[in-house]
Amino acid sequence: MLKLAQQTTRRLRGIPLAIPLLVLLVVFFAIPVLELVRRSFLDADGALTMQSYGDFLGTPAYRTILFRTFFVAVICTAACLLFAYPYAYLMTLAGPRLRRALLVLVLLPFWTSLMVRTYAWLVLLQDTGPIKAVLAAIGLEQVHLIRNTTGVVIGMAQILLPFMVLPLYNNLQKIERSDLLAAQSLGATPVRAFWRVYFPQSLPGLFAGSVLVFILALGFYITPVILGSPQNSMMSQLIVRQVTERLDWASGGAMAVVLAVLTLIFVSLMSRVVNVQQAFGGTGGKQ
Amino acid sequence: MTTTESRSRPRWLYLMAAIVGIWMTAPPLVVIPMSFASERTLTFPPTGYSLRWYQEFFENPVWIDALRSSLMIAVLVMVISVVIGTLGAFAVVRGRFRGRGVLETVGIAPLVVPVVVLGIGVYAMFLRWGLIGTVPGFVAAHCVLAVPYVMITVGSALRVVDHQLERAAQLLGARPHRVFLRVTLPLIAPGMMAGGLFAFVTSFDEVVVSLFIVSPGLRTLPVEMYSSVTRDINPTIAAASTLILLVSTVLILISTKFLFSSSANGRSKR
Repeated sequence: MLKLAQQTTRRLRGIPLAIPLLVLLVVFFAIPVLELVRRSFLDADGALTMQSYGDFLGTPAYRTILFRTFFVAVICTAACLLFAYPYAYLMTLAGPRLRRALLVLVLLPFWTSLMVRTYAWLVLLQDTGPIKAVLAAIGLEQVHLIRNTTGVVIGMAQILLPFMVLPLYNNLQKIERSDLLAAQSLGATPVRAFWRVYFPQSLPGLFAGSVLVFILALGFYITPVILGSPQNSMMSQLIVRQVTERLDWASGGAMAVVLAVLTLIFVSLMSRVVNVQQAFGGTGGKQ
Repeated sequence: MTTTESRSRPRWLYLMAAIVGIWMTAPPLVVIPMSFASERTLTFPPTGYSLRWYQEFFENPVWIDALRSSLMIAVLVMVISVVIGTLGAFAVVRGRFRGRGVLETVGIAPLVVPVVVLGIGVYAMFLRWGLIGTVPGFVAAHCVLAVPYVMITVGSALRVVDHQLERAAQLLGARPHRVFLRVTLPLIAPGMMAGGLFAFVTSFDEVVVSLFIVSPGLRTLPVEMYSSVTRDINPTIAAASTLILLVSTVLILISTKFLFSSSANGRSKR
């Protein structure tokens, strides 16, 4: 009997420490999210129904917004990858001082207020702004950088880039560069050595960064509102409109559930390959 | 040796890094000249210069109250989430109970779930609980988003703490709470500081959830900036932005200290 009690206490060791955390997460995270799930299954009279989900998937305008959200997330991921890979690669080659500078540069946006950055992009990208003036000077008057998906991607990719660089750098710094020399001494050209020997070893970091950027991009709200337009909304904007303008909690809730579930599917996909917490830990600036 | 080095670091890598560097850092800097504009304008660069928007910021109670609320909420969030997150990190790293891994995953869930989902969920419940436009409401909602960062930073600090040190203190006769205060706590203090800094910034910068739970009586600075951007764009927001940039620069300088002391440790371990 005593032994059993001892075993139980041992099995529960440390649980009291987690109580404040659990209370916070249950009351202010789980209950609010579950309340949304509950409302998404109710109709106007409070009866149980799947109507809101049917309406969401059955309305072409809503499906377009869902696809656009995915499209923007994919473009942002690709853009981040394109810039982050060479950047992280250079970080592994650089001496300590340059590496430190590169790390600070990429972490800066993480510290800069989201509203400050978004306002700055608004100033820079507007039709009377400096970037537009440069484009007009080289004969690209027709290109609009704001109130459309282009502006949203420019703003979002800047915010998301650190989330790609850090997991990638984490991965790249562990790859032995002597592998490349070995491949070259066996007759591979530098390019071939890179693609056949180095690149495959960087795939876990590449995958972690890509999924992280992708899932974060799915949930963006402020940037699309300010740099995009209502005609180019993303899912978050649609959800907010349903709830605050139409007061349609069932429909907004259903959309929120769809977005959250899709996000979680990608997270679980990522967690098969990498430690999700570590991926976020990278953004926390701890290497 | 030098030739292989330079061959393995082609010029275009530097060019690419320079582009990224400018893309990351330059845009926010435009707010500085904007804040000194003489007219109510969104044109960059401004045509004339003045200090009137700073005057507006400091004299208009709307902005000053928002700044005050933001600072108060962020400090409360920092303190509370360092406590909750540190305890949680201990439970996850040191605890021996089933579901530890689940707790670890659930602990960072708020970072993964789209923030709008959390925002409207919190809005629905706060309407019922009467927490809309209250300081406790803001602090609780921001803590949900801030605690994961503390758990990550303190958790990783705790994982590298050398058990031998704690055992040595114990063998030398220190009682458990003394071991904790004199040995463990100093070792994880940098992690707690970094986590606290992240918690502060998370709260001070939070817009989406805050947008749902503001009331005319209690607004935070990012919410005020949001309404300024979406309604009438008034250069006061540029003055506010410049002041925020100033504060975050200071925070960066503080954080790089922690960052590099901890990453230096990590490097020497390899």
